[in-house]
Amino acid sequence: MIVLSDYLILSAIVFCIGLAGIFINRTNIIMLLMCVELILAAVNTNFIAFSYFGSDIAGQIFVFFILTVAAAEVAIGLAILTLVYRNRGSIDVDVTNSLKG
Amino acid sequence: MEFTSILFYVFALYFIGSAVLMVTSRNTIKAAMFLILSFFSVASLWLLLEAEFLAITLILVYVGAVMVLFLFVIKMLDIDKSTVRAKFTKYLPLGIVVSVVVISQMVLVLSAGQFDLDNSMGPVRHAADFSNISQLANDLYTLYVYPFELAAVLLLTAIIAAITLVHRKEGRSKKQNIAEQISVQAADRVRLVSSSPSKSKESK
Repeated sequence: MIVLSDYLILSAIVFCIGLAGIFINRTNIIMLLMCVELILAAVNTNFIAFSYFGSDIAGQIFVFFILTVAAAEVAIGLAILTLVYRNRGSIDVDVTNSLKG
Repeated sequence: MEFTSILFYVFALYFIGSAVLMVTSRNTIKAAMFLILSFFSVASLWLLLEAEFLAITLILVYVGAVMVLFLFVIKMLDIDKSTVRAKFTKYLPLGIVVSVVVISQMVLVLSAGQFDLDNSMGPVRHAADFSNISQLANDLYTLYVYPFELAAVLLLTAIIAAITLVHRKEGRSKKQNIAEQISVQAADRVRLVSSSPSKSKESK
C-alpha cells in the first residue's frame, strides 16, 4: 500500500537530485534551466499527492498554474540565453560577468 | 503487494534514475532526453494519483513544446563542451554533500510519523465514470477564474518578452538616430515652394 509519505520522500529525493544538478552544472545555463524543470516536477508531485490523499482539487489547480508559469519562465529564459550567446559567443555563466564590480 | 504499488516503485525508479542520469550527463542533448524520460515517468505517477488531466498536459505541453524548445536552442547554439567538461567536477562534492544532507533531513522528518500523515489522510475512492477533467474545470472556471485570467495575461507577457528579446534589430525595425536628429537644420526638413493656384489647376 502506497501512502502519502512515499510520494513525499520520492519527490524530496528528486528535488535534491535537481539541487545537486544545479551545483554540478553550475556553468551551463541550459543545464541550470533543465534542473529547475526537474525540481518543479518534483514539487508538483508533492502538490498532486496532497491533492489525492487529501481529496482536495485545489492542489491540482495550483499545479496547473505552476506549469503555466514554468512554461513562461522557460520561454523567457531561453530567449535571454540566445541573447547571451549572440553577444558573448558562449553560454558559460562565468563569461556573463559584466555587472561584476 | 498490490499492482499499483509495483507500478509506483517501477515509475519511481525510472524517475530517480533518469533524474540522476540527467544531472550527471555531460552531453546536453542526452540530458534533455533523460529529462523527457523523467517527465514521462512523473506523468505516469500523476496518473496513479488520478490527476489525468495534468499528466496529459505535462506530456503535451512539456515534452511536446518546452522540451522541443530546449532541444531547438541546444542544437542552434554551438556549445563549447571542453570548458563545460573542465568545470564539471569542481562543485561535485559540494553538490553531493548538500543534497545528501537535505534528503536525509526530509526522509527523517517525513518517516518519523510526527505529522501522522499516513493515517489522517486517505484517498477517496471515486466511481468508474468519475471525470477528473470536469472536476478541475468546474473549480478552475468558477473559484479560480481570476487567477486563470492572470495566467493568460502572464503568457501574453511571456510571448511579448521573448519576441522582443530575440528579435533582430538591424534593418528590420525602425530605430532612432539621435545624433542625426539633434544636428538637423530647418533647411533639411522644410522646403518652401512658390506656386500659384492657377498654375496648379492648369497642370491638372
